[in-house]
Amino acid sequence: MSGVRVLVGTAKGAFILTSDGKREKWDVSGPHFGGWEIYHLKGSPVDSNRIYASQASAWFGQVIHRSDDGGKSWDTVGNEFVYDGDAGTHQWYDGTPHPWEFSRVWHLEPSLTDPDTVYAGVEDAALFRSSDGGGTWKELSGLREHGTGPNWQPGAGGLCLHTILLDPVNPDRIFIAISAAGSFRTDDGGKTWKPINQGLKSEYIPDPEAEVGHCVHRIALHPSRPDVLFMQKHWDVMRSDDAGDNWYEVSGNLPSDFGFVVDVHAHEPDTIYVIPIKSDSEHYPPEGKLRVYRSRSGGNEWEALTKGLPQSNCYHNVLRDSMAIDSLDPCGVYFGTTGGQVYGSANAGDSWTPIVENLPRVMSVEVQTLS
Amino acid sequence: MIRVVLPSHLRNLAGVGSEVTLEVEGPVTPRAILDVLEARYPVLRGTIRDHVTHERRAFVRFFACKEDLSHESPDAPLPEAVANGDEPFMVIGAIAGG
Repeated sequence: MSGVRVLVGTAKGAFILTSDGKREKWDVSGPHFGGWEIYHLKGSPVDSNRIYASQASAWFGQVIHRSDDGGKSWDTVGNEFVYDGDAGTHQWYDGTPHPWEFSRVWHLEPSLTDPDTVYAGVEDAALFRSSDGGGTWKELSGLREHGTGPNWQPGAGGLCLHTILLDPVNPDRIFIAISAAGSFRTDDGGKTWKPINQGLKSEYIPDPEAEVGHCVHRIALHPSRPDVLFMQKHWDVMRSDDAGDNWYEVSGNLPSDFGFVVDVHAHEPDTIYVIPIKSDSEHYPPEGKLRVYRSRSGGNEWEALTKGLPQSNCYHNVLRDSMAIDSLDPCGVYFGTTGGQVYGSANAGDSWTPIVENLPRVMSVEVQTLS
Repeated sequence: MIRVVLPSHLRNLAGVGSEVTLEVEGPVTPRAILDVLEARYPVLRGTIRDHVTHERRAFVRFFACKEDLSHESPDAPLPEAVANGDEPFMVIGAIAGG
């Protein structure tokens, strides 16, 4: 029997929401790791019992947990993230050189083929990989050292590597995104990298079309068509049809093209979702209306999805890793807010219901489709 | 026998009670205690001090005998009352964040 498991990371622990394929009734477990910030947790696509969790604290640093039984129990695994060689410097907020310092893991991306291999995107921005189930971590330093690293500057949330997309067709290709450096791609399994930001225009940096310096919030792809990428930038929703070599804007009729999340329908590669946020100084939905916007044309033409969502006095944000889509038919769409609600739609966004409403600030939402 | 008190988050992480006891050979210093503590509970590595530099994490403090010893050398001998087990060596999560 099919089902889903929604993995929710919050500012004060992790929660696991499970349901059968109807996605009407939900069991909620948690908090796991109560009191700790859970930036992200994600399951292996080849072993649904294997889940990795990033647990962090300003007091006690970074801890990584692994579950081998679908989140019922957890083991602490390796938390030693050491930059390869002399880490050097990136730019600080005032433009002065600042030493690279590890602070936390923002995103864990399990391999598409091996449950023991998992990637970690960290702050200060770098990509690490473990091939032993999280026991030990090694930096893929070609990213940080490819040449533009000394020019990277942190966004307001820190210099974080927050998005990791593994190409399901070409195993040597990985896309990553860093705030506020931009997007990067490797075509040789992580040895060498190049910026892929051509076409982005960011008025908040001295050269709006610079090679790096763009505050990319999130990128997404559909596994059947991995050369097509969608991006929610600080401002602007963007699309690339050539694996990031060139981007063009598809914000179209959105009420605001600022936002954090972007995701792709499970079965329709041209159906995409964003949640507009009013502005970078007002991190809440325009007009206090929480609306998911869906485009069935790969961008530009957007429809508001509002049924079941608050349409007045809603002033929460939806953070970059807080939307996920299951692969049932119709696909389920889930997102979490900084106000502690997790909303779900069992009909690809046509209507929504709150699954839970009073969690701590939601940092991330992922979903596993269980067979 | 050295007594060590950990903050609740680290007790949960290590799966221990309010106090752990350790056998420390040689001079009883913060470094010596933490070396033994981390050897017995590897999950605590990186949570009290940095993996590489072994510097105390900024929001962790070390108290003993009603003194804040956080800024003392990690190799400075701890008070006799800690060394003989009369008083605990306390690892504290600093009050921060309002």
